[in-house]
Amino acid sequence: MNDPTGGDGDSVVGTLTKKDFTSANEVRWCPGCGDYAILATVQSFMPELGIAPDDTVFVSGIGCSGRFTYYMDTYGIHGIHGRAPAIATGIATARPDLNVWVVTGDGDALSIGGNHLIHALRRNVNLRILMFNNQIYGLTKGQYSPTSEEGKVTKSTPFGSVDHPFNPIALALGAEGTFVARTIDNDRQHMTQVLREAAAHRGSAFVEIYQNCNVFNDGAFDALREKPQGVHNQIRLEQGQPIVFDEGRRCVSVGENGRLVITEVENTLKDRIVTHDRHGRPSLAFALAHTAGHGPTEPTCIGVFREVERPVYGEAMTDQIKLTTDRLGHGDLQKLLGSGDTWTVA
Amino acid sequence: MTKQVEQRDHVVIRFAGDSGDGMQLTGDRFTSATAVLGNDLATLPDFPAEIRAPAGTVHGVSAFQIQFASQEIMTPGDHPDVLVAMNPAALKAELKLVEKGGTIVVNQDAFTQRNLEKAGYGSNPLQDGTLDGYHVYPVPMTSITVRAVEELGLSRKEAERSKNMFALGLVSWMYGRPVEVTLNWLEAKFGDKPQVYDANAAAFKAGYNFGETTELFSVRYEVKPAPVAPGTYRNISGAAALAWGLVAAGNRAQLPLFYASYPITPASELLHELSRLKNFGVLTLQAEDEIAAAGIALGASFAGHLGVTGTSGPGMDLKAETLGLAVALELPLVVVDVQRAGPSTGMPTKTEQSDLLLSMFGRHGESPMPVVAARSPSHCFDAAIEACRIAVTYRTPVILLSDTFLGNSSEPWRIPEVDELPTIDANFASGPNAGQEFMPYLRDDRLARPWAVPGTPGLRHRIGGLEKDESGAISYDAENHQRMTDLRAAKVARIAEDVPELEVDDPDGDAEVLVLGWGSSYGSIQAAARRVREAGRSVAVAHLVHLNPFPRNMGDVVTRYPSVLIPEMNMGQLALLVRGRYLVDARSVTKVEGLPFFAEELETEIMKVVDG
Repeated sequence: MNDPTGGDGDSVVGTLTKKDFTSANEVRWCPGCGDYAILATVQSFMPELGIAPDDTVFVSGIGCSGRFTYYMDTYGIHGIHGRAPAIATGIATARPDLNVWVVTGDGDALSIGGNHLIHALRRNVNLRILMFNNQIYGLTKGQYSPTSEEGKVTKSTPFGSVDHPFNPIALALGAEGTFVARTIDNDRQHMTQVLREAAAHRGSAFVEIYQNCNVFNDGAFDALREKPQGVHNQIRLEQGQPIVFDEGRRCVSVGENGRLVITEVENTLKDRIVTHDRHGRPSLAFALAHTAGHGPTEPTCIGVFREVERPVYGEAMTDQIKLTTDRLGHGDLQKLLGSGDTWTVA
Repeated sequence: MTKQVEQRDHVVIRFAGDSGDGMQLTGDRFTSATAVLGNDLATLPDFPAEIRAPAGTVHGVSAFQIQFASQEIMTPGDHPDVLVAMNPAALKAELKLVEKGGTIVVNQDAFTQRNLEKAGYGSNPLQDGTLDGYHVYPVPMTSITVRAVEELGLSRKEAERSKNMFALGLVSWMYGRPVEVTLNWLEAKFGDKPQVYDANAAAFKAGYNFGETTELFSVRYEVKPAPVAPGTYRNISGAAALAWGLVAAGNRAQLPLFYASYPITPASELLHELSRLKNFGVLTLQAEDEIAAAGIALGASFAGHLGVTGTSGPGMDLKAETLGLAVALELPLVVVDVQRAGPSTGMPTKTEQSDLLLSMFGRHGESPMPVVAARSPSHCFDAAIEACRIAVTYRTPVILLSDTFLGNSSEPWRIPEVDELPTIDANFASGPNAGQEFMPYLRDDRLARPWAVPGTPGLRHRIGGLEKDESGAISYDAENHQRMTDLRAAKVARIAEDVPELEVDDPDGDAEVLVLGWGSSYGSIQAAARRVREAGRSVAVAHLVHLNPFPRNMGDVVTRYPSVLIPEMNMGQLALLVRGRYLVDARSVTKVEGLPFFAEELETEIMKVVDG
């Protein structure tokens, strides 16, 4: 077979820098957009993986997030609305040697592309999916999105939205996602750590990034991303650690009927405080996804909710081909064409 | 008693029964035995969309027609010489196709009061004169089958299930088909289930021996092998030929084949066939929907595979968005449309050629795309290779049109030598193409852009649905958009330089009428033209494989003849294109009845024009 890449995909990479992942294209998001911070963090983080930009692919859909692909100096496809996970599934399945990332938004991934997202997650395709959630349609100038809160007043909902929003983390968990995490656009350190863990995961890694749209939905995440209240409201999930936040004052504990509740540490029995276990049953992660009832305006979990191992889609497919080939030998086309009943005319 | 043997040039047999009676299998096995005998043949499976329609009803009837001959034939035949009806409903549904004087073999046991009522018969057609003028052979197929297998300890229901093998045995005797082909197949299929094998083999032999021994049948028929070019032959269905053509294209291009598809009648056969061929390195993926299937195939192409997706009409609607993206990305992608009767769900198991204009124009914006159509079951193999060749060479999505009739029917095929198949050059980009730079939309002399696969050092680039300039940069510049639109159109138009001219078959050289066809109506048109010529008239025939672009001599051909007649199983789609493009007053012959044209229908239409 053709080997277009002239190698095995393991580029030997010396000292990669942010510059190696930064394309010459002028970045054209609105000044002040949270996307700038995400782009800078991703570009700064990529060299750490030691994977050449030549072996890296970014795939995006439509929306403000879709432009991300043009700003990364890697291979890339800026696709169609909602379909990035499907296109990326083709790439990652065909070429397990590539480092494939999907960049999408709340409208792209959860509305028009909902089907592709959930199926990529259940298949466990080897993709890192970054979903920028700004709870608004930005590129179309301000309609409510599938993550906008009920009552949201926008151009298309002048009397307030009557739609109930998705909880993206709960959705990803429900879709059997094997790596489900959340981070915040302006917290470079936290995002870098989440990206690091997402990159190390084998299979689909879903990362929701709270992203401020300063033009159409400014301040949606202020309770988490701004000082000083962010410190009080960020519930940082750490594997194996008791879930305590607000500078040690509050915690997530087990309340009546096993419900998770937020309580004062000093009023909580130590053994009622929940210890985070991202490898355990999905019910804990699901409950943690719901600590904030009405979106990120109150204490909200960030970090890795869940991480489990499952066979990786492309690898399983390649294994089937290998096993069948071992059993039957390499297919001989001439023999195939002549299989079954034939007759010869002299 | 000694049976008389009569010679026949060609015979049409139609097997009909309940959906659960196994008529498709019976027809398929008869076809295999016929193929091995060296007759030319053409088949027409005709079945309902319901998997198990209510038993015994007319709309649950499943039929399989085969024409076989000692000469070249082009169609499954208009009217059966022999109808095998396994129950009253089958007789009711199919009798209208049989002309007076035809032969009708019925399973007499099935003509019970209850079954007659279910079929809507007020009285028994075997007794009330309905079948006057036909040669009728009532055979108690069920009861003889049950007796033949009674030693095997099967339940009555299980025993009765083999009655289709009895019918196959009987008809095999009538037409001198070799028994070994069927017995070998049963052995291969049921070798590990001895009881099932024994029951089917016993029923088959009982049917064969019934013909041999009973006085009911005094004549058997012989159809000699058809004279054909030397070579090794096999029988092949359109679905298998198309699947193998895709595999062959991957082989010739040295590209892994990646087939992504969502189940849909009648295209699922492709997914099934390709899914079996894992040891050929074929990747198959059953996607979550039609849109994803197209996107996944396109992604695979970007990654350096031969990305193919397949569907039928309803799926084409959904894939349109991705096809538009593929036009903009200028990546190889083959989309197989096994057409079926529409609109909407339409008639999923019935054939039609009504997606031509959809293929040509069914996308927003100026988004030209090559279109290739297969014309016969075995030609699906060549058409698949050709679609892939164009897609890879020109970095473009290509629509490959097949249809229900082509997919399901079969014909003998001279097995080609793989080494003699067309080669396809993937010609991946390996280095910069503009000084030290790589420009993803800088074109070669065919106007094709470079295919630079991820992992290739130094050729990183971003492509997408937004308009670009040569460098790959997004451009909303007015002149650039005009230029890129012109270039995309010119690239597709230029493919005409690279495909054969349209051949015209005009043996007398003085024809005034050209019959122009495309796709699966090929056989009917050829057969009709032959009849017209046998009647002493002249007619020219041409058949399109390339629908976009048209062959470069198309304009000459359609303007050369005073009359152009275009038969197609739609409401006149090719005719619209020809009239629009060449200002020719082409006449349409159209039919959308879910079945191919009858040769006699077209003969009549051609004669009308020829005789003015």
